[in-house]
Amino acid sequence: MTGVASAPAELEIERPAEREHVERDRPWIVVVWNDPVNLMSYVAFVFQKLFGYSREKATKLMLQVHNEGKAVVSSGTREKAEHDVARLHAHGLWATLRQD
Amino acid sequence: MFEPPIEPDREGGFHLRLSDGERELLRTLPAELQALLGSEPDDPGLRRLFPPAYERDEEGEAEYRRLMAGELLEGRRAALRLVQETAGRDRLTAEELDAWLRALNDLRLVLGTRLDVTEEMYEAELDPAHPRAYELSVYGYLSWLQEQLVAAAAGDLG
Repeated sequence: MTGVASAPAELEIERPAEREHVERDRPWIVVVWNDPVNLMSYVAFVFQKLFGYSREKATKLMLQVHNEGKAVVSSGTREKAEHDVARLHAHGLWATLRQD
Repeated sequence: MFEPPIEPDREGGFHLRLSDGERELLRTLPAELQALLGSEPDDPGLRRLFPPAYERDEEGEAEYRRLMAGELLEGRRAALRLVQETAGRDRLTAEELDAWLRALNDLRLVLGTRLDVTEEMYEAELDPAHPRAYELSVYGYLSWLQEQLVAAAAGDLG
């Protein structure tokens, strides 16, 4: 009985901590949404400028926004994702962040 | 022969070639948006300039606004001011061109939101009898100019 009783107790101690750890480690993602005003060339330019992406990668992401309505353009800690969203907002792009 | 409105020069800057009418427009429009930013914070066009960062997290959004709203507004004002002040110039530095790009985009965002533009509109011809033909033509001009500025600035990034 002791053995059986102690096993769940141990699990109860470990589980929340583990969940919290996983929660914290799940990256935050930055999503850019399509809109009818921003020029395709401008959107690709902004991705290149802000994230240092190659022209190819920036163009691919821009086309994904254009064709699929949205694209994940960067990820990382919450602080980094929020900083990236603010820089995208400063350039007039429609960007949001959420935990993956 | 078509001469582009902006071209890189040999000193890392950009040569600007615009008519007096264009320069006048580039002084007037930023001044109008500055006035709007100061007086009509609930204008739908302005809301497009300050989209939410968080879709479902009200607390996160409130915190983001608290931290960023002032800085984002000031950045927009500074870029608009710079275009007003440099609209008469024949040369822009790379930094000034960057501010032009952001300010022109803000003007297009506000005007485009008001006009309720669609992606298909870029291919359609402007009907001169349209009740908002003037605003649509200004929007078209700004889009054309921004396209040229992006090409010049993107050339710099490689």
